[in-house]
Amino acid sequence: MAAVTFSDVSKTFPDGTTAVSDLDLETEDGEFMVFVGPSGCGKTTALRMVAGLEEISGGEIRIGDRVVNEVSPKDRDVAMVFQTYALYPHLTVYDNIAFSLKLRKEKKEHIDKRVREAARTLGLEPFLDRKPRALSGGQRQRVAMGRAIVREPQAFLMDEPLSNLDAKLRVQMRAEISRLQRTLGVTTIYVTHDQVEAMTMGDRVAVMRKGELQQVAPPQELYDHPLNLFVGGFIGSPAMNLLEATLERSNGGLSAALGDQRLSLGEEALAARPALKRYEGQKVVLGLRPEHLEDAALVTDAPADKRLQGEIELTEALGSELMVHLKVAAPPAVTEEVKELAADIGADVAAELEEAKGEQQTTVVGRFSAESNVKEGETTEVAVDTRALHFFDVESGLGIYDETKGATR
Amino acid sequence: MRRPFDTMLALAAAIAFAFLLLPIVALFLRVAPNDLIGGLGSEEVRDALLVSLKTSAIAHVIVLLVGTPVAYLLGTRSFRGRGLLITLIELPLVLPPAVAGIGLLAAFGRRGLLGDELEALGVRIPFTQTAVVLAIVFVASPFYVRQAIAAFASVDRTLLDASRTLGSGPARTFRRVALPLAAGGLAAGSSLAFARGLGEFGATILFAGSFPGVTRTAPLAIYAELDRSFDSALALGALLVVVSVVVLVAVKALTSWTLFGWTSPSPSAPSTSS
Repeated sequence: MAAVTFSDVSKTFPDGTTAVSDLDLETEDGEFMVFVGPSGCGKTTALRMVAGLEEISGGEIRIGDRVVNEVSPKDRDVAMVFQTYALYPHLTVYDNIAFSLKLRKEKKEHIDKRVREAARTLGLEPFLDRKPRALSGGQRQRVAMGRAIVREPQAFLMDEPLSNLDAKLRVQMRAEISRLQRTLGVTTIYVTHDQVEAMTMGDRVAVMRKGELQQVAPPQELYDHPLNLFVGGFIGSPAMNLLEATLERSNGGLSAALGDQRLSLGEEALAARPALKRYEGQKVVLGLRPEHLEDAALVTDAPADKRLQGEIELTEALGSELMVHLKVAAPPAVTEEVKELAADIGADVAAELEEAKGEQQTTVVGRFSAESNVKEGETTEVAVDTRALHFFDVESGLGIYDETKGATR
Repeated sequence: MRRPFDTMLALAAAIAFAFLLLPIVALFLRVAPNDLIGGLGSEEVRDALLVSLKTSAIAHVIVLLVGTPVAYLLGTRSFRGRGLLITLIELPLVLPPAVAGIGLLAAFGRRGLLGDELEALGVRIPFTQTAVVLAIVFVASPFYVRQAIAAFASVDRTLLDASRTLGSGPARTFRRVALPLAAGGLAAGSSLAFARGLGEFGATILFAGSFPGVTRTAPLAIYAELDRSFDSALALGALLVVVSVVVLVAVKALTSWTLFGWTSPSPSAPSTSS
């Protein structure tokens, strides 16, 4: 097992497109590192460079103490798990798992022992004589894991290994892979576009955008203190609501003007984000997480200056909670980052956002308590937990935290 | 509406099959099974078949040995000019065989492009068995290489990637992964190329001539016999049909084995829970 270190790594393809630029990142020995980002952000290319399947255009990748730039894939001592599993259709499950051991010309009894051990761990014992096509998706996924495990590599490299499974199985395999990684303690780099996988599996998560690393942090820190608008909007489901607000001074404190409505920020928000003072009188992007919105009727002491009014467009009762889509009379934040986030969800969402630009209405998603009685079509009052608001610079997209501009946390 | 249309389809099919089968039926109606075996007793027929089988076999080995790496290169790498190279490989398919023959003469003939160099080495190619082999290679190789490119290209790239990360070098990846996975397609292309080579006529007669026992292959012998004895030409023809049918059946069997045997895995496997 070994640390995997990226130093100033970049990748430019022969056609001139840059997939990864100046990536600096250290995955510690035994750590579960998740690379996450929308498609085309360079996460898979970064992983393939570690495996040796893509040449490194600039910088250095080290596995342990060894610089592997010029080392051929077969000598890197890593094991990769592919999105499509990449099992050999002409070999049985047993031979698939044994593939790398046979290449190493290990003793037959030793190979047999290792293959059977892995099969037992993964519950594949009854299927060893089958061909992969006779297996279900989840079983194939396990065979691919088994093939990686028996190598006892320095690091596991996993490229969206769960994206071909259905939702239920994905949840199950997510836990299984996490548990396996913890038991084996092997350094793992896991690539996914699914931010739920990133949050639930990673010791740390690296968010990438257009080939550039945005932020590396443990999941909760990423969620609570996104360095920029992109990270804030990408991490979290349902996503953070992003509105355009103007910071104004009122009653001695600061408040955020959203259209005609005002949210008083209070002492705590200002203490946590001293740099906000410098934005007085300026436009900022205001980020509201759905769970920080609640039906005002259910909150006993929601002051009037910490409420928003909106018309309810849609409610989704999930049993445990009520998802509420409501129209608030305030302009949406439309920046490059927001557009990219929308495009990642779908072309129609991106088109909607383009239409909404400049309008005085934004659809905001709130996660209400299941006891809420709000009805579609009503106009309702929403209590906002203003301590948990997020603020971003309109131009740079950077989170507004400390006095020093653009500084972290 | 439907019935007249169906009748029309059936009619077209009947005409097509009748036309395709008629010559073959005619051939076998004229040749009694005894004549077929008797034909093998004639020295001309035996010689022709031997020349055909020998030259076809040598040509085929060359096609496989050179064509397979070429196909692997073109099937698995993408680079500038790849499309052009594939078109070049397909060129002999559309070239009239007579043109191929005259082209080979122009290249390897005594007064051809490489004539002086070959002369200096003391090598004479035209009108020898070597010329027959070259003509067959030229005309038949695209049938194999084209199919082989497709077979290698349809091998899932990630299977090759996986093999490399699992510890095998590029040569071993080719042998252990690409070759077995493409085998069905390669075999089908190989049979087609062999059949085409066996029937080669135009390029051979121009480039190699028709010398009994040396360059007179079975198709050339049929042509030569036509003047002397229609019956032995028929017998030889019938023999070639038998060989061709055997090859065609082999191709069919291999192709269906490929389709229903091992194929590339579907990327989105059904993920029914286990």
